[in-house]
Amino acid sequence: MRSHTRWLAVVSGWGVLLCAAGGGAAPARAQESHIGGMTGHAAAAKPLYERYCAGCHGDEGDARGENAQWIDPKPRDFTMAVFKCRSTPTGTLPTDADLFDAVTRGFVTTNMPPWVALTPGNRADLVAYIKTFSPKWKTGHAGTPITIPPEPALSIESMRHGRDLFQKMECWKCHGTSGHGDGPSAATLTDNKDLPIHPYDFSSGSRFMCGVTNRDLYKIFMTGLDGTPMPSFADDIKPADGWDLVHFLRTLQPLDTPEARMWKAWLATHAQELKPIGPPGTGQ
Amino acid sequence: MRVRDLMLVGGVGLGGTAMMIGRAATPPGATISGKVTFTGTPPKMKPIDMAKEPFCARLHAAAPVLTENVTTGPSDALRWVLVYVSAGDQGSAPATETVRLDQKGCQYIPHVLVVQPNQPLDIYNDDSTSHNIHPLAKVNAEWNKSQPIGAPPIHAKWESPEFIPVKCNVHPWMHGWHLVLTTSHYAVTGEDGAFRLQGLPPGKYTITAWQEQFGTQSQDVTVTGSETKSVSFVFKATPY
Repeated sequence: MRSHTRWLAVVSGWGVLLCAAGGGAAPARAQESHIGGMTGHAAAAKPLYERYCAGCHGDEGDARGENAQWIDPKPRDFTMAVFKCRSTPTGTLPTDADLFDAVTRGFVTTNMPPWVALTPGNRADLVAYIKTFSPKWKTGHAGTPITIPPEPALSIESMRHGRDLFQKMECWKCHGTSGHGDGPSAATLTDNKDLPIHPYDFSSGSRFMCGVTNRDLYKIFMTGLDGTPMPSFADDIKPADGWDLVHFLRTLQPLDTPEARMWKAWLATHAQELKPIGPPGTGQ
Repeated sequence: MRVRDLMLVGGVGLGGTAMMIGRAATPPGATISGKVTFTGTPPKMKPIDMAKEPFCARLHAAAPVLTENVTTGPSDALRWVLVYVSAGDQGSAPATETVRLDQKGCQYIPHVLVVQPNQPLDIYNDDSTSHNIHPLAKVNAEWNKSQPIGAPPIHAKWESPEFIPVKCNVHPWMHGWHLVLTTSHYAVTGEDGAFRLQGLPPGKYTITAWQEQFGTQSQDVTVTGSETKSVSFVFKATPY
């Protein structure tokens, strides 16, 4: 029965509800979070955390909860204070809103569900609680969110330039020449705990790890996904050019998007103008 | 000139006693010198297959690069061992000169790099391929930046003492260390395993040797005046 319960926990993603962690004497949690007009209080989140989060993330936030051994990818280790989805530069702490969005959105292709069943106030409290697990939240503060210029109108020129960036930045080394996540470096990628990790496969058409919008996609490659092999390109891609890459990346997804429609129509008569993507010698 | 300066001028990555090149004069104070060696059977230095990066594979076609996690030299010497004053340091001015790290031929040069807190560190990509530099810091902030072909150097610094492994995810064999030390009394051994810590005021010091796979060893040493004391470190090597 015990193993059955664990199995439920894994397959449902909501299973932490079924096996709430036992109480552990947590120290007083003075941390707060500020999201819009809301203020979250860590002290208020203790029962919430123990019931909904500790099963995977552990009582001490160290990713060693009861369910963690069954989960792949592993739950976030809050003691490291390293977070994938941020609006802030690589190497900086995320904003409270970044963490709130992550709890709300969940992480596609992982066991972390969207916690929309909790009230916004509950989620704000949990964000404050998460920040008690690492001293970095006491000695440091969130980074300054990157500046994102307004998205320009879609154009073939923008997508073609984005494609050039995909080649020049060597995105294909991991994501593959067609964005299938099968580049020459894909098989050997590991995260900051030396665990295998896969690059995003654009042909899956799935949501991105950090959202669904073009703006989310922009943030992913400009800030990088800290703790993973995905680096920040903020030093290498000009802010305005970032939108060109976004527009091209959308064409790699098998989705009915404005980018895909425009690209497909243009390709029908201009495909021969494009050089192949890939290592030197493949036409570059 | 402190030991750190010697490393910067001489280029610790050149091997052997390269770190001593450029030593203008012996600074006042005592010296602790010696050699780091191993007993037992160390892992073999294996050729790195860079076939997945044709640019780098071509560079090393004549002589493949060997793994550096355990680098041995003549007479059982151990290279890339940090030897430093881990206790008893009487303080030194913050280092301000810029330290350089190169990504060249899909290798980190030097493999083991020492900086002091907040010392400028410039990271160059000398290759005709992209790298991403990913220091796996825990005490300091972990970050991960892409550095495409021809990109300017990345300006970095580390705030707190920590031994930080660094890797390139694109080229998984690329592995190095950023060692952040508060003391200015340190050396990294070359192929001959030799080290020399100079300019030490009289006092009792703990000298620690660190090797990335074999861990640390420490010895207490007391020096007076301008004497030179000899200290040796012997690591017990295992093949795995």
